[in-house]
Amino acid sequence: MIRPPHLPSPDKILTLDDLTVSFDGFKALDGLTLSVDRGELRCIIGPNGAGKTTMMDVVTGKTRPDHGSAWFAQDVDLLALSEPEIAQAGIGRKFQKPTVFESLTVFENLELAIWGDKSFWKDLVARLTRAERQHIDDILDVIGLTAERAALAGTLAHGQKQWLEIGMLLMQEPELLLVDEPVAGMTPQETARTAELLLSLAAEHSLIVVEHDMDFVRSIARRVTVLHEGRVLADGNMDQVQNDPRVVEVYLGA
Amino acid sequence: MIEQDRAGAAFLVLVVAVAIAAPVLNQFVPASSPFHLSTYSLTLIGKYMCYAMLALAVDLIWGYAGILSLGHAAFFALGGYAMGMYLMRQIGPRGVYGDPILPDFMVFLNWQKLPWFWVGFNHFWFALIVIAAVPAALALVFGWFAFRSRVTGVYFSIMTQALSYALMLAFFRNDMGFGGNNGFTDFKDILGFDLHADRTRVVLVVVTAAALAASYLACRAIVASRAGRLFRAIRDAESRARFLGYRVESYKLWVFVFSASLAGIAGALYVPQVGIINPSEFAPINSIEAVIWVAVGGRGTLFGAAMGAVLVNYAKTYFTGALPELWLYALGALFVLVTLFLPRGLVGLGARRRRAVHGAAAPVIWALGSHVGVSLGSKLK
Ligand SMILES: Nc1ncnc2c1ncn2[C@@H]1O[C@H](COP(=O)(O)OP(=O)(O)OP(=O)(O)O)[C@@H](O)[C@H]1O
Ligand SMILES: [Mg+2]
Repeated sequence: MIRPPHLPSPDKILTLDDLTVSFDGFKALDGLTLSVDRGELRCIIGPNGAGKTTMMDVVTGKTRPDHGSAWFAQDVDLLALSEPEIAQAGIGRKFQKPTVFESLTVFENLELAIWGDKSFWKDLVARLTRAERQHIDDILDVIGLTAERAALAGTLAHGQKQWLEIGMLLMQEPELLLVDEPVAGMTPQETARTAELLLSLAAEHSLIVVEHDMDFVRSIARRVTVLHEGRVLADGNMDQVQNDPRVVEVYLGA
Repeated sequence: MIEQDRAGAAFLVLVVAVAIAAPVLNQFVPASSPFHLSTYSLTLIGKYMCYAMLALAVDLIWGYAGILSLGHAAFFALGGYAMGMYLMRQIGPRGVYGDPILPDFMVFLNWQKLPWFWVGFNHFWFALIVIAAVPAALALVFGWFAFRSRVTGVYFSIMTQALSYALMLAFFRNDMGFGGNNGFTDFKDILGFDLHADRTRVVLVVVTAAALAASYLACRAIVASRAGRLFRAIRDAESRARFLGYRVESYKLWVFVFSASLAGIAGALYVPQVGIINPSEFAPINSIEAVIWVAVGGRGTLFGAAMGAVLVNYAKTYFTGALPELWLYALGALFVLVTLFLPRGLVGLGARRRRAVHGAAAPVIWALGSHVGVSLGSKLK
């Protein structure tokens, strides 16, 4: 693997350099360069098709770029690892469309998300320890699903599924969380709670949050990156970004 | 799960009851009594129980991990052939040609020497190992390539059909050394006991019942483990499981391998009871039938799948006696009706809670349809 020209600096949790992804000639990412600090909560916004989800696909190993490099912390070359290896390395992901295991209970969903060495043979005989049970109970409390612990995940309301998926991320104890449109389909109260939850996670974790809901972004954002046509269009705090004429033109103006 | 545990326990009790009642009714009730169980019926029960094991193998991967194999008859047949090779060697010098080592078909082909892959089959223990190991090895190699390249859904089903079909063609060839289209038959003994004696048949049925019960318990233990929950998770959202750090391919591979060897053991128990194994056991339609038993009984329940195998085969025995031409159509109609009106199978009739069942009917209907088409075509010619 070719290392990026400058080794990622130690305070970066994620360093993307010149990433290009094309689908049948169409460039979903076009030389995307972006880095995120440890403990940062970064919001990424941009019009539909800007490449936000594709960027997460590259970081989590689902899509391989044609060009560029992606480093986790200082020494983990994400382009050389498979999805489960990347997850094991400490990156968790919430999908744009809430994705939980519908035919398992809420509790079982969290159980499967327990961090640890995962293999078929171990899981044949695995038993929950008392500490693990406690951890699941704690997370259930954090995501407000204690009463639904025995319910099948498929029966949850949309917003609850979003939370369950965030809960699964937390079980994984990742260093970096990629959260794609966490409040889509949530009521204003649910949105407010989600904002609280994500803010409470920052610092101990690094977060990248993609969202279209500008009020939500404003409520959590410190630094915002705007993507457009697979590239960074603008970057800065919310006010800078909102007053940037290019951003207004392609995204916020509409 | 509790509901299923209770039904599963009832199923185990039933298997044990059959294992006790069938021998008693056959051995100790005089033939004149209406309660006497004929040896023919006894053997039929043994055969159904082998099918029930095959159904467990299919349900374990399809009902839980969402892997639709349309090639499980191939694993069943391979186990059957391994047992058949042992039974052929047991014939010894009593064959028509009286060769002390070579089975009749080899003498007929003018072979001078036992092929290397027949060596060892004079030992029962050796055959036992091969019975489970060969289907497992084939599943390991096939599954490794298929799962690693992320072949899923219909494509996986079609590939398994092709595998089974290719094996059938291969086993039809005389020069393969497996008796060509006649396969193996005219067995004499198993472990020195006369295969035609009622007592031996009774023991075979009891052993089959024990194997069925053990298979059920093993499958149950797997699906109740965390690995079992992960199978259902993979079925629901495979990529979610990957992003949680699970190497999904390896989970699929191991359960596929286990399921294949289970099918092989079922086939091995089947052969001494029916007294013959030939390449038609590889026929793709057999794999499709096994999937239909599972769908009819109730996918993802294990005991339902096993009961489905028994019920459908009971119907088949009746049908092929009365209206053999129509069986394939009846089977197809049954499958379509079950998919439309009983998505949870017969087990679903008694269940209180409804659970969504994932539609995977299309490949089965496609495969069945192509077979009906082929059989129609061959009739019109
Ligand atoms: N697998 C794929 N094959 C072909 N085109 C794709 C694929 N995945 C994404 N694209 C295209 O790449 C572009 C970027 O998609 P992406 O999902 O990353 O956008 P996004 O910024 O997440 O948009 P949204 O806000 O709508 O979620 C889109 O035009 C999309 O149609
Ligand atoms: Mg998106």
